Amino acid sequence: MSLLAVAGVTKRFGGVVANRDVTFEIRPGELVGVIGPNGAGKSTLFDLITGFERPDAGTVRLDGRDVTRLRPDEISRLGVARTFQKLRPFPGMTTLENVMIGAFQKTSDVGAAREAARAALAAVGLADRADAHAGGLSTGQRKRLELARALATGPRLLLLDEVTGGVDQATVPGLVRLVRDLHATGLALVVIEHNMRVIMDIAQRVVALQLGEVIADAPPAEIVRDPRVIDVYLGEAWRA
Amino acid sequence: MEIVNFAHGEFLMLAMYVAFFAWALGHLDPLLALPLAVLALAALGWATYHGLIRWVLGGPMLAQIFATFGLAVFLRAGAQFLWGVDFRVVQDPWLGGRVALGPVFVGLPQLAASVAALVAFLGLWRFLARSETGVALQATAQDRQAAALMGVDTDRMYALGWALGAGCVGAAGALLAMYFYVFPDVGGTFALLAYVTVALGGFGNVPATLAAGVVVGLVEVFAGLLLAPAIKYAVVFLLYLAIVLWRPQGLFGRW
Amino acid sequence: MVKRTALLALLAAVLVFPAVFTLPFPRHVMIMIFLYGSLAVAWNILAGYCGQISLGHAVFFGIGAYTSTLLVARAGLTPWAGMAAGAALAVVFSQAVAFPVFRLRGHYFAIATIAVGEIVQTLVINWDWAGGARGVFVPIKRPDSLWNFQFHESKALYYYVALGLLLLGLAVTRWLERSRHGYYFRAVREDQQAAASLGVNVAREKHRAIAVSAGLTALGGTFYAQYIFFIDPESVLSLSLSILICLVAVLGGVGTLWGPVVGAAVLVPLSEYTRVWLGGTGRALDVVIYGALIMVIAVLQPAGLVGLAARLGRGRRG
Repeated sequence: MSLLAVAGVTKRFGGVVANRDVTFEIRPGELVGVIGPNGAGKSTLFDLITGFERPDAGTVRLDGRDVTRLRPDEISRLGVARTFQKLRPFPGMTTLENVMIGAFQKTSDVGAAREAARAALAAVGLADRADAHAGGLSTGQRKRLELARALATGPRLLLLDEVTGGVDQATVPGLVRLVRDLHATGLALVVIEHNMRVIMDIAQRVVALQLGEVIADAPPAEIVRDPRVIDVYLGEAWRA
Repeated sequence: MEIVNFAHGEFLMLAMYVAFFAWALGHLDPLLALPLAVLALAALGWATYHGLIRWVLGGPMLAQIFATFGLAVFLRAGAQFLWGVDFRVVQDPWLGGRVALGPVFVGLPQLAASVAALVAFLGLWRFLARSETGVALQATAQDRQAAALMGVDTDRMYALGWALGAGCVGAAGALLAMYFYVFPDVGGTFALLAYVTVALGGFGNVPATLAAGVVVGLVEVFAGLLLAPAIKYAVVFLLYLAIVLWRPQGLFGRW
Repeated sequence: MVKRTALLALLAAVLVFPAVFTLPFPRHVMIMIFLYGSLAVAWNILAGYCGQISLGHAVFFGIGAYTSTLLVARAGLTPWAGMAAGAALAVVFSQAVAFPVFRLRGHYFAIATIAVGEIVQTLVINWDWAGGARGVFVPIKRPDSLWNFQFHESKALYYYVALGLLLLGLAVTRWLERSRHGYYFRAVREDQQAAASLGVNVAREKHRAIAVSAGLTALGGTFYAQYIFFIDPESVLSLSLSILICLVAVLGGVGTLWGPVVGAAVLVPLSEYTRVWLGGTGRALDVVIYGALIMVIAVLQPAGLVGLAARLGRGRRG
């Protein structure tokens, strides 16, 4: 059975349709990429899955259970973690404290949460910044922090909104390796990514969105040959 | 602009004092003192932005709230220190008495104030919607960084916003001084009503604010008539809380 | 270790203070420091840690003061029972009010709390059974007894009760700082959406914070009524009281354990002495100074005196 099943989801903001009849599934342990030009509705899709927005039509199911109307914290507690495109660390708290907020989902003991947070920071390579204020981290470090925070909740499904966006080229390989390592532990991941080289490299399957609609859902090798995808998106990106 | 001026009521109080002293010392009717009050308050708004607001714009929310809140306390107590707590009143303004509007009698100063308020409303609305500066002002209010990237001098826009807002309060204060007592605490209730009206309509939406103003006015009058005059404002605030429960973004707001 | 020794020395000094200073005025100043300190500590739990800046905390104070006083005056109960009932009522009221006001954020939340304060004050002014605008006197009972919560002979007992309130507030804050909820409160303050994405039930944490804050504030209200023997809507339900509570915390430093206490220790003596010097003129010069002070703190040092001290300390070391 699929881990996540999005069926016929539609979301309008005023007159603008952000998502129209979006349907796709994620199986346990899968790594799926989501691509599409700016404004294609990728981040809105994440918001709909994680309860930050409610769809006007359609359902979101987790292990077959309808979670469409649940709040973000309830969905998080069912094992779905996410990062935000516009990074949102808790700037007035230390890096370690940021991650502890996620870790408290598994324990109410402060000492245990601290240990779990340290482990998550080590996993993303931020252990040496544990006591730094999150507000003072670089963009790449903040990406890792959000990742550690999400991991500390102990998710089964992790939604990453732009893994490599906005970080310098030198940091990209490290972040990509991190995503691959996480996948190797059996975690299911859905990754929004603009860097086509990265997505073709790591994803087992790619969902392509345009103007809120799914125009292709196939393995990377097929995606690059799909005429519609080439038309609206890959064309320029591939040549560039 | 995502900053609430907690000293709004005190600005109104100062405008009323401007009108009062123009009458008491210069024998100017509040109608003649109106431009004076507008200019004085616009200058105060501009100075408030440059002296206070811009220093807390990027700071924590607490600093933003307490900056204008402190200004309110300072101005109110300052007025009490300088002019005492006595109720002052402008005697025999040009506009007095009542006129018949069909079957109802309306106080002439109140009528003039209503007309002037509507004119100000239309002017502000047109300015914000049609003029280049007005559009830039709205853009700044919605997204400061984006506006700055588009070449808008957001610092000037903020200062203009404060001058404009305070100038409108100047006009309101001069008009109000025709028929209302002037004293240091006069601003409190009016300011709270103003916030509630704007919040009820939806922030940053001029026509919605006018509609909400009508709602607030009607509720106030009927609560005063049907229940008790003493609790009419409490009823307005209760209504506000009830509506917020249902629509936190206000009646016509969209976020 | 040094810190603990210093704290114990401070506590010992505070405990023997009434034995050394037997005059009423110094004791009164200390009692006011403890009272406003405990109010600011309570406000700080909601505003400093959870980030919900309330400008209507006088409501909870007033509920504490009115509940106990009316139960003493109209039903003859001991003020201690009234204190418990007042705190319970304040908690219940806070939960009811929380539903509408917590739908608003930031500045708009602050405005809504002012509106709540105005509603309650207006209703009490027009409520004759509760004394209306004229207020209520606490019936004088003699002899002095702990049961009656009245001490006419010596202010020393008031002193220790007020100190107890402050220590209770500090203990609750300390406990929160070291519990999961303290971390959750701060996450809610920093970014509600990010907190929700990590499984924090934002609404429930806010309800929790305002319940604790309201209950502690109401205890102070009962103490005030038993100490002053007279309450009216102006003294226990006004916006200016709400302002004073936050001012104490903001001056000392919000979101810190000791900030509110430092704020009270600085502001209360200042206010009591200026009242004595400038009092009777009715010209509110002290309030003018407060207003200027609030603006200066907001612009220059939003972290308060505790933040300033921390910065100076770091500067010296670094």
